[in-house]
Amino acid sequence: MDAFLHQVLAGLATGGIYASLALALVMIYQATHLVNFAQGEMAMFTTYIAWSLINAGMPYWPAFLLTVGIAFIFGILIERIVIRPVENAPVLVVVVVFIGLLVILNSVAGWIYTYTIKSFPSPFPPQPVLGIHYISAHELGAIGVTLAVLALLYAFFRFTPLGLAMRAAAQNPESSRLVGIRVGWMLALGWGLAAAVGAVAGMMVAPIVYLDPNMMGGILLYAFAAALLGGIDSPGGAVLGGFAVGVLENVLGAFVIGNELKLAVALVLIVGVLLVKPSGFFGRVYVTRV
Amino acid sequence: MLLEVSGLHAAYGATRVIHGIGFAMEEKSITALLGANGAGKTTTLRALCGMVKTEGEIRFRGERIDGRSTEDIARLGVAHVPDGRGTFLNLTTEENLRLGAYTRKDRAAVEADLERVFGYFPQLRERRGQQAGTLSGGEQQMLAVSRALMLAPKLMLLDEPSFGLAPLLVRELFGILRAINERERVGMLLVEQNAAMALDLADRAYLIETGRVVLAGSSSEIKSNDAVRRSYLGY
Repeated sequence: MDAFLHQVLAGLATGGIYASLALALVMIYQATHLVNFAQGEMAMFTTYIAWSLINAGMPYWPAFLLTVGIAFIFGILIERIVIRPVENAPVLVVVVVFIGLLVILNSVAGWIYTYTIKSFPSPFPPQPVLGIHYISAHELGAIGVTLAVLALLYAFFRFTPLGLAMRAAAQNPESSRLVGIRVGWMLALGWGLAAAVGAVAGMMVAPIVYLDPNMMGGILLYAFAAALLGGIDSPGGAVLGGFAVGVLENVLGAFVIGNELKLAVALVLIVGVLLVKPSGFFGRVYVTRV
Repeated sequence: MLLEVSGLHAAYGATRVIHGIGFAMEEKSITALLGANGAGKTTTLRALCGMVKTEGEIRFRGERIDGRSTEDIARLGVAHVPDGRGTFLNLTTEENLRLGAYTRKDRAAVEADLERVFGYFPQLRERRGQQAGTLSGGEQQMLAVSRALMLAPKLMLLDEPSFGLAPLLVRELFGILRAINERERVGMLLVEQNAAMALDLADRAYLIETGRVVLAGSSSEIKSNDAVRRSYLGY
C-alpha cells in the first residue's frame, strides 16, 4: 500500500510537469490549430540557460525568474521571426517548420553544451519535509510550483483585459480586429507565455531526468498524450490529463508493465484516444453540415 | 464630412467585386446602401474596414484610412457590426461587451456605457453571465450592435441588422438604432435588403448594382423613384 501511494504521489509530481507542457501545447493549438512539436525543445533550451545562470553563480530563484523572462521573450521572437512568415502557409509547411525548429534547437544545445548529461539543482531540500516519506521534497515542491503557475495563468486569462483579448483573438480573429485587438501580437504573446510555462516545466523536471539535449523527447510525448486525453482545445482538460497521465504512467510502470515499457503507455493513450474519443474528455465536438 | 469615399475598387483575389464606388456622409447622419444580393454592399463595408484589398480613396473625418489595418481603423472610431454578427461564441455576453471597449482607457466611462447599453437592450442585462453562443439570433444581433457601441464610435457600419429577425423585432431594433443615432451622436452606414425599413431610418441612400452606384439621393427622393419602388419596395 505504501509503495502504491508513493507511486501515485510521484506520478502527481511528474504529472504536474506534463500538465504544464500540455497546457503550453493547448495554448498554441487554440490560437493556431497546430501542435507545436518544438515545445519540448524550447523548454530544454531554456533549462540550459537556467543551468548557465546558476553555474555563473546566480542564486536559484533569481535565475529561475530570469529564465522565465528570457523564455517569454524567446517565445515571442520565435513567433515573430519563424512562425509569422508561414502564418498562412499550408499545414504541412508549418509542421515542417516546427520540426526544423525542434532539430535546430536540439543541435544548437548539443553544440553549445555538449551531449554529456548534466545534473540540475533542485531548490528544495534533499530530505523529505514534514516527515512525509511517500514523496520527496523536490516532487512536493514541483507540484506546488506547477499549481502556482496554473493558478497564475488561470487568473490572467480569466480576470485581466489582456487575457480576455488573447482568448478572443484565438477564437475569432476577425471580430477581434474589428474591436481594435492587435491579433498578431496576441499570437506572439501566446507563444511567449507557452515558452515561459515550458521553461518552468523544464526546470522542474531537470533534477529528476537530468539535463541533456534529448531530455524532453519522452516528456513531450506524455504531454501530448495528456493534451489529447483532456481534449486538445481544453486548457483545464490538458491539466487534468497531465496529472492523470503522470499517475497512470508511474503506477503502470511500477506494478504492471515495468519501467522499460512506460513510454509505450503514452503511445497507447494517444492512439486509444484518437480511435475512441478524438475530442478527449473535455474537448469540444465540432459538427459541420456539408 | 464623416466619411468620403471616391473611386473605390475592391476584389477577392482575382474577382473584382466593386468598381469605383463613391459616396459621402455627414457627421451624425444615417446613410443606407441598398441593392440586391451580390451587388457589393457587404464588400463595400469590408473595404472601409481594411478587410479586403482596395484601390481608391477613403477619408474618415478628413484622414486617409485606405490601406490601413482593420485594428487601426477600429481604433479611430469605426465600429463594424459584421455580416453574421461576429459574436465571440464561447465568451459571456458581458465579456463580448467589454471586448468592444478593449481599446478605451477611460474606465469610468466604459462602466457608464455598459449601463447605457443595458438600458437600450434590457435582455442583454439578464443574459450578462450567459455564454453568448447560447443567445437567440435576435439577442446576438443586439449584442453585435451593443459591442460596436461600446467602442464609443463616431461611425457605425451595420451589415444587414435585420437579417434573420422576426418583423416585430426588426421594427424594435430600428427604433433603437434611431434612438442611438440621436442620443450618441454617431453616424451610421447601413446595408440592408429590407429597403423600406432602411429608407425610413436613413437620411440619404445610395443604390448599388453590380459594384457601382446607380442612384443617389435623399431617402424621400429614392423612395419616390419609380424603379426603386418597383424593384426594391415592391408596390
